[in-house]
Amino acid sequence: MRLMLERRPEQSRTMTVGSPLIAVAITVAAAGIVFHARGLDPFHALYVYFVEPVMSVWSLEELVVKTAPLVLIGVGLAVCFRANLWNIGAEGQLTAGAITGAAIPILAPEWQSPFALPLMLLAGIAGGAAWAAVPAFLRNRFGVNEILTSLMLVYVAQYLLDWLVRGPWRDPHGYNFPESASFEGWHVLPTLGDGRVHLGAALAVVAVVVLFVFMSRTLKGFEIRVSGEAPRAGGFGGFSRPRTVWFCFALSGGLAGLAGICEAAGPIGQLQPIISPGYGFTAIIVAFLGRLNPIVVLLAGVVLGISYLGGEAAQVELGISDKTAQVFQGTLLFLILACDTLIRYRIRVGRRDDAASAQA
Amino acid sequence: MTGLEAILMTIIAAATPLLLAAIGELVAERSGVLNLGVEGMMIMGAIGGFAAAYVSGSAMLGVAAAVGAGVGMSLLFAFLTQTLVSNQVATGLALTLFGLGLSGLIGEAFTGLPGVKLPPVHVPGLSDLPLVGPVLFGQDVIVYASVALTALVAWVLARTRIGLVIRATGGNHHSAHALGYNVIAVRYACIAFGGATAGLAGGYLSLAYTPQWIENMTAGRGWIALALVVFSTWAPRRVAVGAYLFGTVWIMGLYVQGVGIDIAPQLLASLPYLITIAALVALSGNRLLTKVNTPACLGQPFVPDR
Repeated sequence: MRLMLERRPEQSRTMTVGSPLIAVAITVAAAGIVFHARGLDPFHALYVYFVEPVMSVWSLEELVVKTAPLVLIGVGLAVCFRANLWNIGAEGQLTAGAITGAAIPILAPEWQSPFALPLMLLAGIAGGAAWAAVPAFLRNRFGVNEILTSLMLVYVAQYLLDWLVRGPWRDPHGYNFPESASFEGWHVLPTLGDGRVHLGAALAVVAVVVLFVFMSRTLKGFEIRVSGEAPRAGGFGGFSRPRTVWFCFALSGGLAGLAGICEAAGPIGQLQPIISPGYGFTAIIVAFLGRLNPIVVLLAGVVLGISYLGGEAAQVELGISDKTAQVFQGTLLFLILACDTLIRYRIRVGRRDDAASAQA
Repeated sequence: MTGLEAILMTIIAAATPLLLAAIGELVAERSGVLNLGVEGMMIMGAIGGFAAAYVSGSAMLGVAAAVGAGVGMSLLFAFLTQTLVSNQVATGLALTLFGLGLSGLIGEAFTGLPGVKLPPVHVPGLSDLPLVGPVLFGQDVIVYASVALTALVAWVLARTRIGLVIRATGGNHHSAHALGYNVIAVRYACIAFGGATAGLAGGYLSLAYTPQWIENMTAGRGWIALALVVFSTWAPRRVAVGAYLFGTVWIMGLYVQGVGIDIAPQLLASLPYLITIAALVALSGNRLLTKVNTPACLGQPFVPDR
């Protein structure tokens, strides 16, 4: 008995759609088994984890709050991964964007003007893009692997934020807590309606639509896809690989920075030592679950958003750690990658000779 | 113990996990596999080692569990990338995310508990020598193992038939396959070796370096180890040099703070990551060296056409 792969003549369309669904289904089943092993009623636990978060207005709003940054970052990463560029430092770019965006309310709290918020968002985008420009520059100029540099810069950004909120940017009236002063007035992201859903959610949807049109309908989008799938062909077509590197990193970094300042000026309302529960890393899973397609990324963002909310709900209601969320997220990415094999290959189980004779 | 001895001891302690994780990843990469999951295997080694040692009370059992956890994680990676031909970069990332999550979950029960420290093994006579005694002959088994494994890998890769097969697999998997070698099996073995040393590196952190469990205690060391492999241009000797250099700079930073020079602790903490980037840039001055030594099939999937 052995597993054997048989290359399909062409990629399976059914499996392109089916593989992420299978992956989600197996993850949920695995979660049920884990809950059962912990002595919980698996169906009740699964209900608490995956269904309850979408059953009330309050939690639906919370879901949107969690999904917005995941989608903002995820669509940018999807474009990057399409170009076969591995920006895995979105968490750092998010942090950098939060810092540069928050500089305005922290350094000039008395400057209250309708222009303040747009400027903060732009500063956030610029900060994230600048942070991502470092790996892009090092790759283009020195040929340094972008995976390692972008990841290293995550730690640097987090320590920079830590230093700022404990040092120069600490709220002087904050009883020595490591936090900046709370943002006020024009420095706060407006909410949509009365709840907690803020402008970031709308920005995420705009980013999805724009990038969908961009990737499927423009020459630049085509250039990025060719550059990723067939770099040599792209070169013959006159597409510049370094330019693609710059573009993809600036785009994904900028969106991560936007997500960062939206978090700081939205749900958090100030700078704290930690401003993200790993959105930048989870967004990698969002991009893959979303087939690197902006529209599908939106759906994938909701799925991963549920996993965050479910983790919190499970902690409160079932008394199990919210760290299960991270485990399920990791499992999900594994399963997506495993199931993607089905797109290109048929799996045969049998002995060597069986397969050979079946082919003949 | 004199001041200099203490400094040298801490340098070796800082370098050992990097050396271990890097030497295993080097073997995997020489066989053509890029496993970005080093951080995930390492952190699972750390929690596996800590948990086993805490429950059993035996540090050596902890070491064995650390290795086992690393191998287990690496086989997951091997199954996906070799048997199911998934994308190696993405799968490595998945391994890291999964490992960080799972270790955090398992580790909740062990946070704040006193660990079991791996005792140093003294070599009779030699340990009493001044300076070199405690530094070279008063370490624990994992430190000795890291040096022995590095020498072993250097020898096997350069001088033995097994090494030749590994290098052939990484250099041109089609030729290796045509010669009758089982490319997938070779890669499985090399990935598992990488998992074993990464697990051991994690075990060193939670059993010797700081004998306790702290969430995310690997703090990016797995990624730095990956950078070390590139930095060494896939040569075991240079991995060792790189790891100790790195340990030296790391510890020097701490001593600078110790003698009263006023530096923000956050800047010191981010130094290793900045140095890693600087080292990768410095290396790029010699692109030829990198180009010649990079295993030609690194990261390329291989499907035998029966």
